[in-house]
Amino acid sequence: MLKYVARRILQMIPVFFGVTIVLFILRAPGVLPGDPIEMLTGDRVISETTYNQLVSKHGLDQPLTTQYVTYMKNLARGDLGQSYKKNRSVTEIFVEKYPYTARLALAAILIEVVIGIGVGIISAVKRYSFWDVAGTLSTSILVSLPVFWLGMLMQILFGVYFKKWGLPYLPISGMGNPPDLAHLILPAITLASVSTAYVARIMRSQMIDVSQQDYIRTAEAKGLSGGAVVRRHSLKNALIPVVTFIGIDLGAMLAGAILTETVFNWPGIGYEIYLAIIARDWPIVTGGVVIVVIAYMFINLLVDISYAFLDPRIRYGGEAA
Amino acid sequence: MSNSDHKHKIDLEQIAETVEEQVAYGLEIQGPVRPTRTLWRDTLRRLRKNKLAVVGLIWISLVVVMAVTADLWVTPLLGDPIALDTTKVAEQRLKPPSWEHPFGTDNLGRDVAARVVYGAQVSLRVGILAVAISVFLGLFFGAIAGFYGGLSDTLVMRLADVFFAFPYILFAIAMIAILGPSETNVFIAIGILGWPSIARVFRSSILSVKENEYVDAARALGASDVRILSRHILPNAAAPIIVYATMSIGGAILSEAALSFLGMGVQLPQPSWGNMLADARSMMVVAPWLMIWPGFAILTTVLAFVLMGDGLRDALDVKMKD
Repeated sequence: MLKYVARRILQMIPVFFGVTIVLFILRAPGVLPGDPIEMLTGDRVISETTYNQLVSKHGLDQPLTTQYVTYMKNLARGDLGQSYKKNRSVTEIFVEKYPYTARLALAAILIEVVIGIGVGIISAVKRYSFWDVAGTLSTSILVSLPVFWLGMLMQILFGVYFKKWGLPYLPISGMGNPPDLAHLILPAITLASVSTAYVARIMRSQMIDVSQQDYIRTAEAKGLSGGAVVRRHSLKNALIPVVTFIGIDLGAMLAGAILTETVFNWPGIGYEIYLAIIARDWPIVTGGVVIVVIAYMFINLLVDISYAFLDPRIRYGGEAA
Repeated sequence: MSNSDHKHKIDLEQIAETVEEQVAYGLEIQGPVRPTRTLWRDTLRRLRKNKLAVVGLIWISLVVVMAVTADLWVTPLLGDPIALDTTKVAEQRLKPPSWEHPFGTDNLGRDVAARVVYGAQVSLRVGILAVAISVFLGLFFGAIAGFYGGLSDTLVMRLADVFFAFPYILFAIAMIAILGPSETNVFIAIGILGWPSIARVFRSSILSVKENEYVDAARALGASDVRILSRHILPNAAAPIIVYATMSIGGAILSEAALSFLGMGVQLPQPSWGNMLADARSMMVVAPWLMIWPGFAILTTVLAFVLMGDGLRDALDVKMKD
């Protein structure tokens, strides 16, 4: 087990450097459109000396390799640089924003687990019934649906039209002050939509797979009721891949739901990155991506380790192809 | 023999077209029999029986025909998708759907239907070109990894891991930030991001076929690596790649829409379904019709490619991991 964990962590190292190099290239002057110093000063006219002072202050006159080393040193200390526009450190901004993203992600995961697993079980148990066909068709549609469009449709229906018709309506923007549950509902459903469909699909096919195993036939043969077979035998074994998917998905969601957050003006890291792109505030963009990738890799690592813990075949089977 | 039994027999004879099938159904082999069909003709026959896949194919064909012929009929029938009639903007803008403008008009008085049709051109171009890049790179890297193995395998797969370590949409945004937002850069970015999946599929296909005797035989006859890969391995490893590529076109269309929605894709005034939705978002309350059709177009087109991919997967009998 320890060996597996160690190998898995070692594998992350080249990936981590690959990622940071890509991101560093983004920061290098001349790569992105526009002059970073001009972005810093905006429209103000500055003298040549001030310009040069700013260049050396931000280390832009150093060779690229030196800049990379400095960048990595700062990264190790948790310093992601200064925002061009906000006069705040990037780390500070994301420390503030991260809980909001986590809040949305956890709400979405809750929906995904309850509805996704529920629909999957019903589809599998009542295979080929009306509910199965309806479930399978709606998951196909959800997978093809652009999430931002789903979010907009819900905003217009539950926010704008419900208000117009005098029905109880839901807020469609921001997260409330102080944050409340009503603001969370629509963004959480939007963020959960595609993943819920995947969870339902995986759950259904796993349940059907498991139900054809010998131990299920044994359980049925010894006279266990249908409900007890599902609860005690099929469910448990069918859940392993579903749990893995949900774990990876949680990683992706904590990495910021840029589309959902943008549609709902949700003040999380995804929306922050989007606003920074529009404002061309590159330290926030690259810093945000660094945080996101680290969070994503870390959660994937946890998922892999827990999966290996649950299923000994992975631990001993060497590298999974 | 009862009437229903007899009927059953006739059905089987009609279905069983090849010798193998006649044997499998326990029928007497009828001679002269039709020769066994090729894989592709069998696939086509099975695909035709899958209603959802047929619906998908019809929808895709429809979208393609509309997009390709757009220059011939859109402007005279609906109006120019890009140019503004400056004298009429004030009276023409934000009109709800009518006979003259079936999907209404946008903020600048242009016909939304015309823009949706031209948006299809962008979506199809990006979808097809992006997947072409992914397949090209994926086959190349997959071949290096699967065929040669060893160090090159490790290197390619680690590189693929770097790609998988990024959340997809953010990686695309980061690349567009480097390249600058434009339609060309969007399909290049989506194409580059797609190769690791194709490479993995091709690599595992190679691993499963390269130990076959016909590969050894080809090598013994002095065939070069390129020839073995292209003439002997690729045809036998093509099915999962075709399935994967078909589904990926839908995925690429969705990604283009998302990037354009965020302002990192196709730039105004050129219409794309994604940037039309971004435009519609700011007008949501006053002109809700603006957001209906671009979204509907994305949904149906992506769904059509997904259904086609599903159908191909079943028809080619490809087992996919997820």
